[in-house]
Amino acid sequence: MRELSYLEAVREALRQEMQRDERVFIIGEDVGVYGGAFGVTLGLVEEFGEERVMDTPISELGIAGAITGAALVGMRPVGEIMFMDFTTIAMEQLVNQAAKMRFMFGGTIEVPFVLRTPSGSGTGAAAQHSQSLENWFVHVPGLKVVMPSTPYDVKGLLLSSIRDDNPVIFVEHKLLYKTKGPVPEEPYTIPLGTAEVKREGRDLTIVATSIMVKRSLEAAEQLAQEGIEAEVVDPRTLKPLDEETIFRSVIKTGRVLIVHEACKTGGYGGELAAVIAGSEAFDYLDAPIVRLAGRDIPIPYNRNLEYHTVPQVENIIEAARRLARGGV
Amino acid sequence: MTLNKARKRELLRQMYTIRAFEEMAEQLYAMGKIHGTMHLSIGMEASAVGAIAALRPDDLILSTHRGHGHCIAKGADLNLMMAEFMGKENGYCRGRGGSMHIADVAGGNLGANGVVGGGIATAMGVALGLKMQKRDQIVLCFFGDGAANLGTFNESLNMAAIWSLPVVYVCENNQYAVSFSVKKAFAIEHISDRAAGYGMPGVTVDGNDVVAVYEEVSQAVKRARKGEGPSLIENVTYRWRGHSKSDVNRYRTKEEIEAWKQKCPIQRFRALLIEEGMLTEEEADQIQQEASAAIDEAVEFAEASPEPTLETIEEGVYA
Repeated sequence: MRELSYLEAVREALRQEMQRDERVFIIGEDVGVYGGAFGVTLGLVEEFGEERVMDTPISELGIAGAITGAALVGMRPVGEIMFMDFTTIAMEQLVNQAAKMRFMFGGTIEVPFVLRTPSGSGTGAAAQHSQSLENWFVHVPGLKVVMPSTPYDVKGLLLSSIRDDNPVIFVEHKLLYKTKGPVPEEPYTIPLGTAEVKREGRDLTIVATSIMVKRSLEAAEQLAQEGIEAEVVDPRTLKPLDEETIFRSVIKTGRVLIVHEACKTGGYGGELAAVIAGSEAFDYLDAPIVRLAGRDIPIPYNRNLEYHTVPQVENIIEAARRLARGGV
Repeated sequence: MTLNKARKRELLRQMYTIRAFEEMAEQLYAMGKIHGTMHLSIGMEASAVGAIAALRPDDLILSTHRGHGHCIAKGADLNLMMAEFMGKENGYCRGRGGSMHIADVAGGNLGANGVVGGGIATAMGVALGLKMQKRDQIVLCFFGDGAANLGTFNESLNMAAIWSLPVVYVCENNQYAVSFSVKKAFAIEHISDRAAGYGMPGVTVDGNDVVAVYEEVSQAVKRARKGEGPSLIENVTYRWRGHSKSDVNRYRTKEEIEAWKQKCPIQRFRALLIEEGMLTEEEADQIQQEASAAIDEAVEFAEASPEPTLETIEEGVYA
C-alpha cells in the first residue's frame, strides 16, 4: 500500500472531507499560505480558497468561539490551535460553552466541530510548547477526545471526528508528523471508541497512547529478543474508551503497563488503571497495574533533561521487563 | 422603520409580560418553588424589547445570565419557560438549564449564559456560519458592562469586524458588574467608544427608551444584513434588583435605586403611547392585566408539569 506521513494523512483527510462536504472549513492561526505551524494545512488554501481555509488573528478564544458558533448553525468547522498549550486560552468556549450546550439546552442543539492541536515534547520548545493536556478534556462531559498514533489511524479517525455530531478534541503529536505508514488513498473512517491491538503478545499488556504507542512497539521488539512478548493496545480515542478490547488483553496476559507522555499525577493512566481494576479483568491480574508517565514537572529546555522527562523506549523496556518477570 | 400602533402596543405588552414574569419568578423563588439563583432584569425591559423588535423572527440571539427579558421578547412560550424555571421535564431545556441557561433554539434564542461574556465569541462564530452559508439572517448578542472588560470582547469584536460578520453586539450597561461600578471599571465615558478601536460603528443609547433602542438597533441590523459588518450598541439602563439573589446592595444607595425607578421604562412608554393617542389608560391597564394573567397561567402549567425522571439523567450529553 502507498505510504504517507502522519502529517500528510491529516492533510489528506482534511482535503477529502472538504471536497465531500462543503460545510467543512479550516480556521486557525497561520493555516493559510503559511500552512500551519507544522505545515499540516500547506496547499489547502490554494485548493479551497481563503473562505474555507481561514487565517485568524492570534485569538485562541476567538477561534474556539468561531467553531462553536459556526457549528451551531450547521457548519462543520475544523479549528487548529497551533500548540496544545494554547488551548488553555480557548478553554472557556470549549469547556463552558461547546461541551455543555447540548445538555444544558435539553438536547435541542448539536455542536459538531473538531479542534485539532499538536501536543508533546521532544522539540526543545520547553515548558509552554510541549504539554500533553488531553486529560483535562477527558474530564469534561460533552467532549470527545481522540489521540491517534499512526498515519492510518489519524486519517480514519479525523474523518470520523469531522462527521461526528459532537465537539471533538483531536490531539496530534509533533514527533509523529514525520512518521510514515500505509494509508489507503480513498476516504475511510475508524469509529470513535475502538481501540486496536497494535501487537499481539502473551506476557504483558502495554496500553499506550499517541507517540507512546510507537515507543512501546519498539520496546516490544527488543523485549521479544529476551523472550518477553508484549501486547500493545492503543485506545486511539480516550473518550469514548473501548474498554472491552483492553479487558480482553489484560485477561489474556495478566499484567498491565500503562504508558503515556502526560504528567503522571491526574493523567489518563490513572483512569485506565481504575477502569481495569474495577472490571472483570481484575481477577486475572498477576501483578499490580504499573503506570509509566511523564514526570510531574514542566518540560525543561535542556536536551538531556527534556529527554528524561517523558518515557523513552528504554524506560518502557525496563518497566515491562520488571513487570513480566514478576517484579513491579 | 417607524413602529405602527399595533407594534407599539405589542412592545408595551412584552414589557409588561417581562415585568410580570420576573416579579412572579421572584415570588416563586421566595416560596422555594424555584431553586438555585436568578438574575432579574426588572427596570431593563426596554433594552431587551427594543433590541429584539429590530430583528426578524428568523434572526438569532445569544443572551446572558440576565436573560429572561430577551427570552420573552424573542417570542418564547411562557408556559415552557416557566416550566424550565421550575425544573420540569417539559420546560425548554427539560429542566436541565434553568433560568441561567434557558434556550429556545427553535425560536432563535441560542441560549442564556452562566458565564459573563460567554456568548460574545460564540455569537461571532454564529455570524461566521451564517455568512459562510450566505444566509440572510443576522445574530444579535447581548452582554453586560462587566463583560465588556473581558478578553473575549477584544478577540471577538475584532474578528467580527475584520470579516464583516452579520452580528450586532448590544451591551446592556446597567451600571454595575455585580458591585463594581462602571465609573470605576472604565476610564472612558462610553463603552461604545471602544467600537472605534475595532473599526465598527458604536453608539450609546438611552436604554430605558424602547423606541430609541429599537431605532438604533434597527440601523445596526440593517447594516449587518447588508453585509456591512458588526456594530456595537450600548444601552444605558439600570437594574432595580440586586445582581443575584444573594445581593444586599451594599455598593449603592437607596436614593440611587429610587431615582432610577422614577425612570421606569414601562411607565415611560405607557405614558408616551397615551400621549400619542395610541392607547387609553384603560387599554394600558388591560394590557398589563393580560400580561399578568398569562404569567398566572404559565405558573399553573408549570406546576402541573412532570419532573424529569431519574432514568433520563444521563441523556443529552452527546448527540
